[in-house]
Amino acid sequence: MEEILKHDELSIEKSRPGRRGIRFAAVQKHAAQYLPAQYLRSAAPRLPELGEFETVRHFTRLSQLNYCLDGQFYPLGSCTMKYNPKAYDALSALPGFTQAHPFAPESAVQGTLEMLYRLQELLKEVTGLAAFTLQPAAGAQGELTGILTARAYHDARKDFKRTEVIVPDTAHGTNPATANMAGYTVVNIQSAPDGCVDKEALQNALSERTAVVMLTVPNTVGLFEKDIREIADMVHKAGALFYMDGANFNALIGAAKPADFGADLMHLNLHKTFAAPHGGGGPGSGPVGAAAHVAPFLPKPMVELKNGKYTLSGKMPKSLGKMKAFFGNIAVCLRGYCYLRQFDGRTLKEVAENAVLNANYVRAALKGKFNAYFDAVCMHECVLSLNPAEMNGVHTSDVAKRLLDYGFYAPTIYFPLIVPEAMMIEPTETESKEMLDAFISAMEKIYAEIQSEPQTVKDAPHGQCVSRIDEVSAARQPNLRW
Amino acid sequence: MFIPNTPEDRKEMLAKIGVSSVTELLAQIPQDLLYPVLDLPKALTEPELAAHVRALAAKNKPLKNFIGAGMYEHFIPAAVGALSSRGEFLTAYTPYQAEASQGTLQTIYEFQSCMCALLEMDAATASHYDGATALAEAVLACLRVNGRKEVLISAALHPHYKEVLKTYTRHQPGVKITESPLGADGTLDLTALKEKLSDKTSCFVLPTPNFFGCLERADEVSALVRQAGALLAAAVNPLALGVLQTPGAFGADFAVAEGQPLGNAVNFGGPGLGIMTAKKAYMRQLPGRIVGIAKDKNGKRSFVLTLQAREQHIRREKASSNICSNEALCALNAVIYLTLLGPRGLAEAAELNLERAHTLAALAGEVPGFKVKFTAPYFNEFVLECPAPAKTVIKKLEKKGIGAGYALGADFKGMENCLLVCATETKTEEDLKAYADALRGI
Repeated sequence: MEEILKHDELSIEKSRPGRRGIRFAAVQKHAAQYLPAQYLRSAAPRLPELGEFETVRHFTRLSQLNYCLDGQFYPLGSCTMKYNPKAYDALSALPGFTQAHPFAPESAVQGTLEMLYRLQELLKEVTGLAAFTLQPAAGAQGELTGILTARAYHDARKDFKRTEVIVPDTAHGTNPATANMAGYTVVNIQSAPDGCVDKEALQNALSERTAVVMLTVPNTVGLFEKDIREIADMVHKAGALFYMDGANFNALIGAAKPADFGADLMHLNLHKTFAAPHGGGGPGSGPVGAAAHVAPFLPKPMVELKNGKYTLSGKMPKSLGKMKAFFGNIAVCLRGYCYLRQFDGRTLKEVAENAVLNANYVRAALKGKFNAYFDAVCMHECVLSLNPAEMNGVHTSDVAKRLLDYGFYAPTIYFPLIVPEAMMIEPTETESKEMLDAFISAMEKIYAEIQSEPQTVKDAPHGQCVSRIDEVSAARQPNLRW
Repeated sequence: MFIPNTPEDRKEMLAKIGVSSVTELLAQIPQDLLYPVLDLPKALTEPELAAHVRALAAKNKPLKNFIGAGMYEHFIPAAVGALSSRGEFLTAYTPYQAEASQGTLQTIYEFQSCMCALLEMDAATASHYDGATALAEAVLACLRVNGRKEVLISAALHPHYKEVLKTYTRHQPGVKITESPLGADGTLDLTALKEKLSDKTSCFVLPTPNFFGCLERADEVSALVRQAGALLAAAVNPLALGVLQTPGAFGADFAVAEGQPLGNAVNFGGPGLGIMTAKKAYMRQLPGRIVGIAKDKNGKRSFVLTLQAREQHIRREKASSNICSNEALCALNAVIYLTLLGPRGLAEAAELNLERAHTLAALAGEVPGFKVKFTAPYFNEFVLECPAPAKTVIKKLEKKGIGAGYALGADFKGMENCLLVCATETKTEEDLKAYADALRGI
């Protein structure tokens, strides 16, 4: 059918000179009367000119081109796309919070400070760690915070020979990138055939040069490191610190405390485990916890309770400094706080239990068609691997695109790198059995299509607003703006 | 909460898996560490939670706010939140599956385009955490580009930005940060700047307006930096660019900004919105996500994440940054805000800021004992020299429900009596008079 309404125009293409969506009060004098000409811009910026209604239509239409968690199941491994409760959105929009200025007198922001303090305390309790900073803006910044904290710790001990960070080959790309940003040399170690840390490889890599060992627990193939305590002991014996990447903490929350594993430092993703929305890519929040011996080196300031008042003024002479301006992504912290307050010491473990149950259910149901790469009970996510012999030339990326046609977002694909044709599925605990069954049916249908009409799968998606995009075409001659 | 599995569901699922209990699935966790005691408060129902969190919000005292210092209270049109809070935007993931994410991708392309237009720069990223981390990353890019080791910064860079810059560059071998001092008018001493610049200077960090609100003579600064063969990294206020000279016009190589003034609430300082732009030559040095135009199989225009070979998920330890999550939703607020305002609305908003701040400065400067400290031009923020410590002024005005400003003494020696004061378009003429009247009582 011919398209009469041009839905996919850019705002600038819909622009009509003279239209506008808002007016401000008139001024008595214009800029040129306040400032000499050299301080003024010479031409107006090329911004769209739309009325409010046209703007609302434009962005509403764009929103409708998206898949989103409110509408679709997002089985994205490592991303923990769990339901984002509406109450938290409403509460984080309260003017008392949104209008609080970071440099307002502390007596005027006691509510925000109390919320942050209580969140610090709750995170300490669920991880067993001694202190938490809420400053990092995202998981990756949390990692950097953790590694810089470790570096400050070693430096304070005048232990300057430690220049290496050990990272397993299953790690998220942020781990090695983080270690590099902190000025460390990255030492990659291969995983054992069972997908876990190869203890011999780790022992060989550990030395007096090792500053930190970064491990994701459970790891990115969805398995718990069964020798976690032994590994932590090896790390500590070498004088290094154990950084636990908490991206997968949803598998453990309420069921186990990372401090008990021997973690010295870890970050949490409030936009994963703690139900804050992803917002199309952010903002997130990546609080970092530390055991007592490294806690003094965390970023400053932290919220403290002194004589019944909450304050940011505490002295932290050993602190690494600041990671970002102001004090953290407060609106995201508030959502994480709301989430934790809806559980108690008895019910919190149900999150982890059901996350693990759901992932294993999907794994078991797909067995025989799409098999787990490591054939074992998994934690909160399962990593499947396509067997090329049965796939008629269809690749993981094709299956991912075909899932879109069936109304599901795609799993995380081609990660971890050690798994060929990887598909990483994390259902989370907030999906119902009916939804998992529907997803399993879609996967089975795609499997049948691969056998009978592989081209349909290779040409997917068919039902989206665009067909398969040639991503290489964008990088060749980049067009990044109008 | 939010767990739909019923006991019946669980039974069926366990049977399918072939185990008899969930605990069996957790067998790899050392069993003595499983199910530790968790000392958590009572679980709250939604009504209880709402009451509790509302009570916390009520413990924050609303002030008539004249505090800026990097986070600015502006009017946010209702359409901004109404659109960005749609679940289709709010609960979408990073747009890795482009075909199912064209909405988010197109808004990012439009955001990048608006940033390039506003700053008159060639390329922009999808966003960074905040202005401070964007600046730190711009400096890291400069260090990579020219291999020089000295970073020269304005003494009037935001104190938090200075600290973040220190954190981010601390472990870059041989890198040294030096400050270039100010003159009496509150802007850079250009003679001193010229002396400090050398063939070792990798880049000069130029905030304008600077932390004291003063506008720098950016053309002259830029020429000096160019003469030294160094790069220029500017930090600007995006709302001010409705009227002010742009970093592109004065020759910045990298330009960053805290984008919060564009349609985002102050939220106690976060999330912010790191705006990050560069000249075309440095496009591939930009960290984090960038959206570009591509074609689909049928030749239709579409949008994808592009130039990903810079990024951590491809390059790992060789990536230009470790950034993954950014501030996409804040960028969405900004692009909706700019689309509503358009070039004329933005100029009006900027002029109203100019007018309010200049009116307030005139009123406050008439109060006996108070004086606008610097003579340099300014946008919506200025330094007020008080007859008493700024902290005392702040305390006294708080009692009258006014957030007086930012006390500069903690960060700048000898400025204990100096208050950084901001007036945006959110303040009425009456608010400004009330502020000046409150000063009279001191």
